[in-house]
Amino acid sequence: MTELVMEREMATAIDHHNGNHDHDHSHDDHQHHNDDIDVFGFWIYIMTDCVLFATLFAAYSVLEGATFSGPTLKQLISLPYVLTETMCLLASSFTYGLVMLSIYKHKRNFALFWLTLTFFLGLSFVGLEVHEFIHLYSDGHSWHVSAALSAFFTLVGTHGTHVSIGLIWMALMICQLAKYGVTPQINKRLTYLGLFWHFLDIVWIFVFTIVYLMGAI
Amino acid sequence: MSNDQVVKLKYGAKLKTLKSYMTGLFLSLLLTFTAFILVGEHLLSNAALYITITALAVAQLFAQVLCFLRLNMTGEGRWNSMAFIFTFLVVFVLVGGSLWIMYNLNVNMM
Repeated sequence: MTELVMEREMATAIDHHNGNHDHDHSHDDHQHHNDDIDVFGFWIYIMTDCVLFATLFAAYSVLEGATFSGPTLKQLISLPYVLTETMCLLASSFTYGLVMLSIYKHKRNFALFWLTLTFFLGLSFVGLEVHEFIHLYSDGHSWHVSAALSAFFTLVGTHGTHVSIGLIWMALMICQLAKYGVTPQINKRLTYLGLFWHFLDIVWIFVFTIVYLMGAI
Repeated sequence: MSNDQVVKLKYGAKLKTLKSYMTGLFLSLLLTFTAFILVGEHLLSNAALYITITALAVAQLFAQVLCFLRLNMTGEGRWNSMAFIFTFLVVFVLVGGSLWIMYNLNVNMM
């Protein structure tokens, strides 16, 4: 963190030495412009992640019927349970929005409160999913039983892994926000995390529609 | 850097507002519950259900992209949107192509 800030400040100093900018205002525009490009880069990463999920969805759709005479997903899942998971993730996506609004208003404590709430909503989602997986596994419906179950665990598990990584990141951001307060650096990092988090909620729309709802028809 | 600047940094997205988040939440809840109730109560025929819940999922995708991510076609945000549309194309080719090929293989192997 400190290194990064120093690096940014050194870059700023060098810019000023080279006389690239006549006054502070144009420098701020320059900085803003660079930040926009950084965020665009992160957005490109998110889009490649989208392609990763697309391949897993394609694999799932192809292998869905290959249950090796085992039970179909319809007999294994409970819709109210999936609805609870969905609500946790949707609520966390919304409260993350409230984090960003508090950041814009420089309300550190509000931002911390909403960020912590988002963290626990995300944690409940992962908890519910892990519970579901353990339940399936202990009933003998594990990933090595059939191609359909392999595809199911890979797709839903990859999404769950992303959410878990998002949670670790969020825990780090809670510490950083508590320590440094609302700074441009923190704002930028929270913007990255926000893109990631909203993206995961959007992927989940397709997981519950294609895997669970279509599986239950 | 002064703190005042933070407020202005919105990073290629339209400025997020409480109103947009509330709209997004409301639409998402509505679309999610509709999809779950339709399937849970089996209110339509199978084919109609598949089409309806796909349409509901796509509608929710747009609701969240516009209200939560705030993608737009102005200024810097334009590039984010272009990347998004391009990804859409890639995903379409990838998923559609895979299903098409595998369906044909299945039919021909019968």
